[in-house]
Formats: sequence, structure tokens, C-alpha cells
Amino acid sequence: MLRQRTDDRLAVEAVDLVKEFDKTRAVDGVSLSVPTGSIYGLLGPNGAGKTTTLRILIGIIDPSSGTRRVLGRDRPLEAASEVGYLPEERGLYPAMHARDAIAFMGALRGLPIHEGRRRADELLDEHNLGEWAKKPIRSLSKGMAQTVQLLGTIVHRPKLIVLDEPFAGLDAINQGRLEELIRRETRNGATVLFSTHVIAHAERLCERVAIIAKGKVAFDGGVDEARSQLRPIVRLRTRASDGAWRSAIPSGARREGDEWVFELPEGGPEPLLKALIDGGAGIETLAIERPGLHDAFVAIAGNKAAAAMGQEKVQ
Amino acid sequence: MMRFFRSAFVIARRDFAATVLSKTFIFFLLAPLFPLLFGGTFGSMSARIASRTAKPVVAVVSTQADFARLAGARDDLAQALGEDNVPKIIHYAPQPNAAAQVKTLLAGTDPPIRAVLTGGLDNPHLTGPIAGDGGTVGQLRLLIGNARASAASEPTLPVTSVQTSSGSISNDRAVTAQIAQTLLFVLTILLSGMLLSQLIEEKSNKIIEVIAAAVPIDAMFVGKLFAMLAASVTGLVVWISAGALLVQMIKHGGVATLPAPAVGWWGFLALTIVYFAMNYLLLGAAFLTIGAQASTAREVQTMSMPVTFGQMLLLLFASAAIGAPDSTAGLAAAVFPLSSPLTMLARAAERPEWWPHVVAILWQALWVGLILRMGSQLFRKTVLKSGPRTKWWKLGRA
Repeated sequence: MLRQRTDDRLAVEAVDLVKEFDKTRAVDGVSLSVPTGSIYGLLGPNGAGKTTTLRILIGIIDPSSGTRRVLGRDRPLEAASEVGYLPEERGLYPAMHARDAIAFMGALRGLPIHEGRRRADELLDEHNLGEWAKKPIRSLSKGMAQTVQLLGTIVHRPKLIVLDEPFAGLDAINQGRLEELIRRETRNGATVLFSTHVIAHAERLCERVAIIAKGKVAFDGGVDEARSQLRPIVRLRTRASDGAWRSAIPSGARREGDEWVFELPEGGPEPLLKALIDGGAGIETLAIERPGLHDAFVAIAGNKAAAAMGQEKVQ
Repeated sequence: MMRFFRSAFVIARRDFAATVLSKTFIFFLLAPLFPLLFGGTFGSMSARIASRTAKPVVAVVSTQADFARLAGARDDLAQALGEDNVPKIIHYAPQPNAAAQVKTLLAGTDPPIRAVLTGGLDNPHLTGPIAGDGGTVGQLRLLIGNARASAASEPTLPVTSVQTSSGSISNDRAVTAQIAQTLLFVLTILLSGMLLSQLIEEKSNKIIEVIAAAVPIDAMFVGKLFAMLAASVTGLVVWISAGALLVQMIKHGGVATLPAPAVGWWGFLALTIVYFAMNYLLLGAAFLTIGAQASTAREVQTMSMPVTFGQMLLLLFASAAIGAPDSTAGLAAAVFPLSSPLTMLARAAERPEWWPHVVAILWQALWVGLILRMGSQLFRKTVLKSGPRTKWWKLGRA
């Protein structure tokens, strides 16, 4: 059971959430802690349980068991006026004007309609959509409509912004704009929780991530923390193809073209370098790389999950 | 609670504006014109056909004196049976070649002659293709008999005319009750269908997810129902006003000459709007619940067909109360929540007491609340797949 007092340091807390649909367990004991003011990524392949977890967290559905707390409230809908939510499957009324659509979404969250219209005009201008304010949604391009829905998600200036796969369907330029918008909202004090199956976005934006696979949280912590679970990667190219230096190469090393790729041995770079030089490897190039989030993801969630994530093109 | 009503109002305002300010609402307002146009068109067509087929023209070849007596007898019969129900007769003076004259008359088309009566009143003979038309032959036989006995004096029957009798009031009120019930039924079906389409549209637009994340599902249901109710009351007010104006313009004496329902016109109109609202809320909530389970228009059609038949059964059940609102069937139909609004509206046309309406409206309001609650719970469970598994009979308490 979560403690009843409000913990201002956490915008979202979830303990042991379980959600079963008939005989399928979509979410299996998920626990999360999203610090206030952070950008928090929920990473995982399609079908991992990200959307169901988000829907539970914001109160669209109730968990089969477990507890959640959003902005200090046990019932997420009670915090609705302070939460913005962009669902994975976007939806707007096609006949509604862009500014009215934004104002309507604000009104659903308690923002007076006239104030919603005023802010909608401001937001549309800021995003170079001012001239589309009084055009029906059906006349907007898909990217524009998606931007309108995103603006509707933040028009009431929420403390917590929950975005489900926000980058899906956006071109590279709009993805960049969205990243900037997320950063700006966080600078203004909001907490952003978003799901994605594109690791690059999480790597660029997030301070903390949760890696979900098969309905379970495989990792929850800082991005650096995730990376630090792996040793640095060594990429080595030698003139000699064989010799005594080969004993310095770990047994798990793999060949990528002309290169040897392996984890830096526990002794660090100096003993490795000495062994290579003394063994007559004839070092052509040697690079020691910090592992990326993708490498961490592979190590944590497994190759299969990583392959599923890789199906989406990173813009 | 304030948040609930505010949320419902936001949904209702959007839906109402989207409905009333759309071009399709004009068609909705014009809807009652279509049955009238159909009625008028087919009515005049049938009248034209009837005028051609129902009044056979019989050519009478006789002396002027015989024809005058026959025409007199025909006028007497037409007064009793109606002009359209007695054969029309036209006089022709006898010509030397009687057989040729008969042949010519039967072949003529202006006017088309059904049969030719020759031989005068003393020795009448009918020629024509009327073997299967015993009615015309029988009527002509009666006309000839009456014409022959024209010397007999006609009995006098003094007549005192009054405007209405208890029998005619009762009949008129029963007709008012039936018309009101039918109108309410048709309108409710129409609006429930519109409500369903709207919900399906929102589900396919995925807007439902945005709404469900922001407001309680009950508030969404209530908002949607009341928006459509407000739109339909707008339509109802337009139709009633236009109907009253039409009657005022085309009927001598205007609406004041129409048979007043037992509770009076103003009371009846107020109750029509209240019972329409209740009927719509009860059936609309049921439709909304069904619509919430379906994900395509085809599924809705499949699911709503049995419900529509169910509604027709309700109409039949409620119509049992017309003419006998205090009978067992009438009381049962008034108590059963889904048929109660239709039954009570018929009662308003036929019985002057007001207290049963107060009780009925409270009873119906209770059921509106229950059905809405069950509908939203079912929506959460089956569409949003939310909440613990609950037995269906416990949904109302959830």
C-alpha cells in the first residue's frame, strides 16, 4: 500500500500494478517512480505493456491489482485538471476548428472555454499554425493535426504531461520540434512521462527510463545508470592477424568487418594496451566507447526485444 | 459533484453545438415534412385511382321523364351513402337503332361507360361487362325500384345538431393519444439512432480515449444524452410551433377547434416534452450502452435491430392503455419503466388527473439514473476493460 501523505518529489508512483485481460496478463507487477520535474521514458517494444501501464496511471482503466498515485492523489481522475494526456491513437473531431479543438480539450480538463480559445490562438501562432486556427481539422495535414492535439494536451498548463508514443507518425522536423516542446515544458516545471519504442528519443530526452518487456519492468533508473550496467566497448583493428596478442582478446569478442569488438576487460585499458603491444598486434585503430542506451537495452531486455524495437526507423 | 456536472456540460455543449449548427440538422428539422409529403402524394394518387374505379358511369337510354325519376332516386341514395358510393348516371335520348346505340356507348371513352340501361323504368335492361359487379347491379335495381315508387311520401326526421358528444370526445382523445404515442416513438427511435452514430464516430475517431482520460464516464454519458435531448427538444419546439401555425392557417377557427386533451393543451404539450425527454433518456441510455459495445456501424445495426423490435413491442404494450388507461394492461404499461412515458402520455390525453403524472415522472427519473449508471459501468468494463470482474446483476450497485 502506498503511503497516504503526498510526496512532492514524485509526480507518479506505482506499486506492483497488474492488469489482466481475460487470461492475458498485459501488465505484470509494474512499479515506477517518476520524479517531479523530470522527463521520464517508458521504453519497450510494441506489446510490452507500455500503453496499458500509462492508461492505468492516468485512470482510464483500473488495475486488476496494485496501486498508483498521481500528483499525490490515489484516484488519477481527481488530478485530471493537472494532467495532460496524448493517447497513442490520435483523435480529434474532423469538423471542429483547430482552436476550438484545443479549447475543448482544455475545457475537458477544467479550463474555461474562452481562456482555452485565447491560449489556443497563442499556441497555434507559436507553432506557425496561426492561419489554421479557424480551419476544420479535416483540412489539416496529419502532422498539423497531431500538433493540434499535442497543443490541446498542454493548453491547460498541466503539471504532468503523459504522452503515449508521441513521435510516432511525425517527420524528422516535427520530431525535433516535439523534443524541444517537451524540454520547454519541463523547464517550465512540468513532469513529462512518455512511452516510446525508439531508443534514440529516450536517449536524447530522458533523465530516467523504465525498460518494460513482457509486462514487467526490467530496469528503472537513470539513463547513465542503465548504461553503467555495461562495460565500455572496445573496437580494435590490427595489422597482424595472429600472434601472442590474441590472448589479450576476451573469449566473447566478435568480429565486425575488420574490427574486433568486445567489452573492456576488468583490468581496464592499460593492461590491454600493454598485452596488445607486447604481443605484436600492430594496432591500427583502437577506440573505447561508452555503451549507448541501445546496448544497455539489449543487455537488459534481451536481443529479441531489441530486434522488435529496431523495427521503427529512428529519425 | 460540481466537477461531474461541469464535465457533463462540456460534453453536452460540444455535442449540442456540433448537432444543431450542422447542415444535417436542417434535414432533421424537415423530417416531419417527408411523411406529410408521402401521405399527400400517395393520398392524391389513390384518390385519383379511386375516382376512376369506384364510380362506374351508367348510360341511361330513356325518356326524359324516366331519367328524372331515376336521377331523383339516385340523389336520395347518394345522400344516404355518399356521392362516391353510388353509380353516376348520364342520360341519352333513344335512337332508332337501339343495338347500335348501346354498342357505340360502350365503346366510347368520354366519359368511359361501364354499362347501358335501356327500356325505361317499365322494362329495364342492363348491358355491359358487369358480371362480377353485383354491387352496381344491386344499386341500379334499388334505384329503379325507388324511382317506380316515387309517389310514396318521404318520412320526416327533424335534426338538432350539437358540436360534440361524450362518444366523439372519447374518440377524439383516443386519436390524440395514439398520434402522440406514435410521434414520440418515431422521434425517439430517430434520435437514438443519431446518438448511436455519434458515439460510433467518436470511437472510430479515438476521441473517446481523450474524453475518458479527462472526465468520469458517467459524466460523458450524461453529457451526450442531454446534448441530444436539447437538440431534439429544439426540433420538437420548432415542429409543434410550425404545426400549430399550419393548423391556424388552414383550419377554420384555428387550433382552438382541435379536440382538447383531458389535461388541456398547455398541460399536454408540457407533458409531451417531459415524457419525450424521459422516453428518450430511458431508451437513449439503452442505445448508448449498446453503441458503446460496438466498434463499427455494422455491429451497431446488428445489435440495434432486436432493440428496435423491442421498442415496437413497447409501443404495442403502451397502446393497450389507449381507451382504457385504468385497465390492468394500462396500469402495467404505466408501471413498466420503458413503456411508462408512452403510456402516461396517452393517459394525459384521456384522463384529467395530474398526480399520476408526478408519480410517473419521479419513477421514470429513478430508472433513467439506474440505466445510466449501469450503462457507464458496462462501458468501463467492456470497452475500457476496466475494473474488477463484477456480476452483471451487481452493476447497478457498483
